[in-house]
Amino acid sequence: MNEAAAESAPEAELRGGDLVRRHRLVTRLWHWTNVVAVTVMLMSGLMIFNAHPRLYWGHYGANAAGHPDPAWLDLTSVNHGRPFPGWITIPTQYSLADARLWHFAFAWLLGLAILGYLLWSLVSGHIKRDLAPHAAELAPSHLWHDIKEHAALRFPTGPAALQYNILQKLAYGGVLFVLLPGIILTGLTMSPGMNAAVPFLVDVFGGRQSARSLHFLCAFGLVGFFFIHIAMVVLAGPFNEVRSMITGWYRLPREKGELP
Amino acid sequence: MIVSRRGLIGIGAAGAGSLLLGGCDKLNSSDSFRGALGGATGLNQRTQRFLMGDSLAKEFAEADISPVFKANGSLGVPDPAYQAQLASGFANWALRVDGLVKQPLMLPLSYLKGLAQRTQITRHDCVEGWSAIAKWQGPQLGTVLAAAGLLPTAKYAVFHCADTLEGAPYYESVDLTDAFHPQTILAWAMNGQPLGEPHGAPIRLRVERQLGYKQAKYIMRIELRDTLAGLYRGGGGFWEDARGYQWYGGI
Repeated sequence: MNEAAAESAPEAELRGGDLVRRHRLVTRLWHWTNVVAVTVMLMSGLMIFNAHPRLYWGHYGANAAGHPDPAWLDLTSVNHGRPFPGWITIPTQYSLADARLWHFAFAWLLGLAILGYLLWSLVSGHIKRDLAPHAAELAPSHLWHDIKEHAALRFPTGPAALQYNILQKLAYGGVLFVLLPGIILTGLTMSPGMNAAVPFLVDVFGGRQSARSLHFLCAFGLVGFFFIHIAMVVLAGPFNEVRSMITGWYRLPREKGELP
Repeated sequence: MIVSRRGLIGIGAAGAGSLLLGGCDKLNSSDSFRGALGGATGLNQRTQRFLMGDSLAKEFAEADISPVFKANGSLGVPDPAYQAQLASGFANWALRVDGLVKQPLMLPLSYLKGLAQRTQITRHDCVEGWSAIAKWQGPQLGTVLAAAGLLPTAKYAVFHCADTLEGAPYYESVDLTDAFHPQTILAWAMNGQPLGEPHGAPIRLRVERQLGYKQAKYIMRIELRDTLAGLYRGGGGFWEDARGYQWYGGI
């Protein structure tokens, strides 16, 4: 049961249409900080990718003249060698130096925010209470049931809407525990200075070029999450959802046909 | 005019998007904002130096060497004097070491080859994102600097190069922390052969915990200075001046 909801009324007494406290202040602060940080990191990162739009596995990869190292992704022929257009990069005009300036400053915001949020989530019980899947939820039959409900756009109503369903838990957990830590660690691994400071990281990821590829894949994992996330917010009721992430207040969805 | 809620959201998103982009470009050209971003650059350098201590860059095995090492930046030096030296195997060439030193030196290539040598197989990381691995050999920069003897005011070693890019001479610099790092060498050999022209003959710098643009090629002179201000545009290196790359190239 969501702790915030319990403050206003026992869950049993809550019904569709009730206005309840949903997201706590720390969650809301982190969410919007992360929106800013991820947006800047993505847009400046796409500019950095434009400087060498090829990806490799292993320790080296350089598109050397006369002997191209095998790249698993080669976008050098797209948009005259700058595959990501100006409207999605920071800055708009090609500048690797400026993009790096933004990227390595906002990296602190991204990294410290997620580190602080994960520690708070652990200590406050947010992970255990709200995010950790229960064994029963991971049963294939339950997963399949939730997938079918989502596909049919049937979302939980009443007090049940206060708890994350298993697909939400997996999506949020994937972002919090896999994609964000992964993108930060692979980013650090691309730094020759960090390689000297923390040598095992580059071996964990299988080389600097592997880390660069994984960094890019994590970024597109986050982009994929973003589109699904926005779609779900729009389908579930954008006003109510956005309000709950700004003010914390959330109106419990009514059953179909349930009267106000 | 009737606008649906979804239409409004779409308009809002498009508006926010263009505000965001215009705003970012505006911020990008604001001196105070760039100053704040530059502050993070300084923080990055201090943090990395603290975490690194005097740790070494990873060294690889022979089997890890790139089949072809990409040459980048200047691929040669058209200057006739340089070409004449290249043709003679740099037999009459000497490296000048001067500035804030007790004893300015002119060091022939044979002298550099006769000093205690360090051989290392390391990864070269371009700021653009690619990497290549090669074996480098040469004396430690620290040995050469110790031979000249540094004056107490010396804080930077500046490498003046024979090549030019975009009409300006190439140069680079490191501080004494990197100058005296054991893996910082003046490489005259690459993969067991004397350096070729595309890779910076007769000598290039290897400063292994930094990016490729710090690895100056075609080094003719090492100048010890107390400040980088007053030298060209003051950025401490060609790309720092020309494009605004960070002077500290550890990231």
